[in-house]
Amino acid sequence: MRTLEQTTQEVLDLAAKHFQLPAGSLAPGDDFFKKLGIDSLRTLEMLSRLENHFGIELPDYEVQGVSDFKTLAERIQSRL
Amino acid sequence: MLDLSQYQSIGEALRDALDQYSNQVCLIEADREREKERLTYRDFKERAHSLSKALQAGGFSAGARASIIMTNQSKWLISACAIFFAGGVLVPLDYKLTPDEQWQLLKHSGATVLITEYPIWRQLSAAAGRAAAANVRTVLVTEAPANADLSGAQRWEEFCGTGEPVFIARKRSDTACIVYSSGTGGRPKGCMMTHENYLEQCIALTSIYPFWPGARYLSILPTNHAIDFMVGFFGPFTCGATVVHLRTMRPEYVREAFPKYKITYVSLVPLVLKNLQKGLQAHFDALAPGKRKVFNALVRINKALTRRRPRLGISQRLLKQVHEAFGGELRAVIVGGAFSEPQTLQFFYDLGIPVANGYGLTEAGTAITVNDLKPFRADTVGKPLPGMEVRIVNPSADGVGEVTVRSKTVMAGYLNEPELTAETIVDGWLLTGDLGRFDETGHLQLTGRKKNMIVTEEGKNIYPEDVEAVFESLPVKEFCVFAANYIWPKRSMVGEKLVLVLHLEPGQQYGEKLRMDINARNNRLLNYKRIHGVVLLDEDFPRTASLKIRRNVLAERLAKLDSAAAILAL
Repeated sequence: MRTLEQTTQEVLDLAAKHFQLPAGSLAPGDDFFKKLGIDSLRTLEMLSRLENHFGIELPDYEVQGVSDFKTLAERIQSRL
Repeated sequence: MLDLSQYQSIGEALRDALDQYSNQVCLIEADREREKERLTYRDFKERAHSLSKALQAGGFSAGARASIIMTNQSKWLISACAIFFAGGVLVPLDYKLTPDEQWQLLKHSGATVLITEYPIWRQLSAAAGRAAAANVRTVLVTEAPANADLSGAQRWEEFCGTGEPVFIARKRSDTACIVYSSGTGGRPKGCMMTHENYLEQCIALTSIYPFWPGARYLSILPTNHAIDFMVGFFGPFTCGATVVHLRTMRPEYVREAFPKYKITYVSLVPLVLKNLQKGLQAHFDALAPGKRKVFNALVRINKALTRRRPRLGISQRLLKQVHEAFGGELRAVIVGGAFSEPQTLQFFYDLGIPVANGYGLTEAGTAITVNDLKPFRADTVGKPLPGMEVRIVNPSADGVGEVTVRSKTVMAGYLNEPELTAETIVDGWLLTGDLGRFDETGHLQLTGRKKNMIVTEEGKNIYPEDVEAVFESLPVKEFCVFAANYIWPKRSMVGEKLVLVLHLEPGQQYGEKLRMDINARNNRLLNYKRIHGVVLLDEDFPRTASLKIRRNVLAERLAKLDSAAAILAL
């Protein structure tokens, strides 16, 4: 079982890779809309990648209103 | 379809539709690749009546207000139907608002019943006592887990009455819905929409884009939005058509839904339409040179053959693969909620997929103009719908002025705001605050806005006053938020941004600490509500006797600045 810290790190690594940013350039408290310059549709793309990676389903309503990596990682952790 | 000119209310029309089309499928609900539910009009009636009966048993009566805060799903429509059957007034709220915003609007609306989903209720009930403070006495939540803490709510699924509810008749002039067009800040704008507004709008829209039993509408825009309420609920239901709900908006599942459910119509906001265009374009660009050449030739032939009007049969044969990807039965994509770029609309039309581009606002009852496709015009928002009188007021030399509308679809007014209503509806004409002109063929072209607001590509109306609260107590002398295009008018309705105008204290500098403070507050706003820059003004803001900022006067002063130099990045 992953710890929340591990999950958070994996979320950051995967987001950096998906959006072609240098590894380590994202922080847990970053607002992903702003940091990645993405809209709600591209966020859904990222969520699909995260679901495949963690082998979970993350319903849209669970991530409603979430805009930082830390909270996103917490929502993922609760479904692992 | 039902002859809606003979009906008095939404509830009456729905009541007859449920009987007339009882064996037709009215709803399909899917979650990703799984179909969760398929209801006939008979099944729907059974559930709606059971809920209506239970509401009546709880004292819900004519004119009582009930709010729905839900994502697009079958229980949204069942609940709405139950409310209308019992003579109630529906208050549809946006599930994407924050809990604070939702409570504020619930209180303002006077809703005593709230119907919502468990995840939304979990957030709404995080702070105790809010329901009592807003005078919401009954809360129904859907899909709550077995051992969930309901915080005073009841399970929607168990809230059932036995026996037939009493149908409560309403008049055409009675309020059917209170729809918030904005106003999560200081001044909520609750549009009081009458039964007549909806009945007349439905007659007008279906005269151009008809529904029929077997037609399938894919519901993607939130149902609280005026467009989806009309073309994703009331329109298809009064014609015996089917509404398809997806519980996820992931592009891959939305794409799959078109061929799987043989979709006839879909409504999209410009952002989603552009995304679809990007995906298709990338696919076309990846074609081998030979195939690409053939494809381009077919598009050229299609363009030539559809110049005067859409010819779906021909387009479906010529560009078979494209149309099959959309299920092969797509009649039109309805685009609304925000301004669409002509180039995107033309892209789809050239592929033989008609795009019903239109223009409207909640206050006017969904749509004012729509492209009738005779011929397709990507550069306009179409002609006024039947029953709409549209006039351009105080036109400039090139014919551009404020768009005003008079019609049976125009709202009764703003809830509890007689002054604002009197400023907005003058001698029966609704002042839209949008600028435009009619071309020589009677098509409306929008050129900009007169009002201080922006509309995002996702179709969100953002009023500067609504985002100011987050900057309260900012350590500056005074501040104010504006739509940049309101200060520096542009003949454009895309790429609109908000700016924060600051008047610093004497001797104060706009330094890193202040910038970080602004950024931190800005990040508390939902992403589409955020400001994009700061403008510094070294003079006192003009104010009224009651010390309210005179925004129009301040905007005139700011307009003297050079916008490119004045807007500082955050």
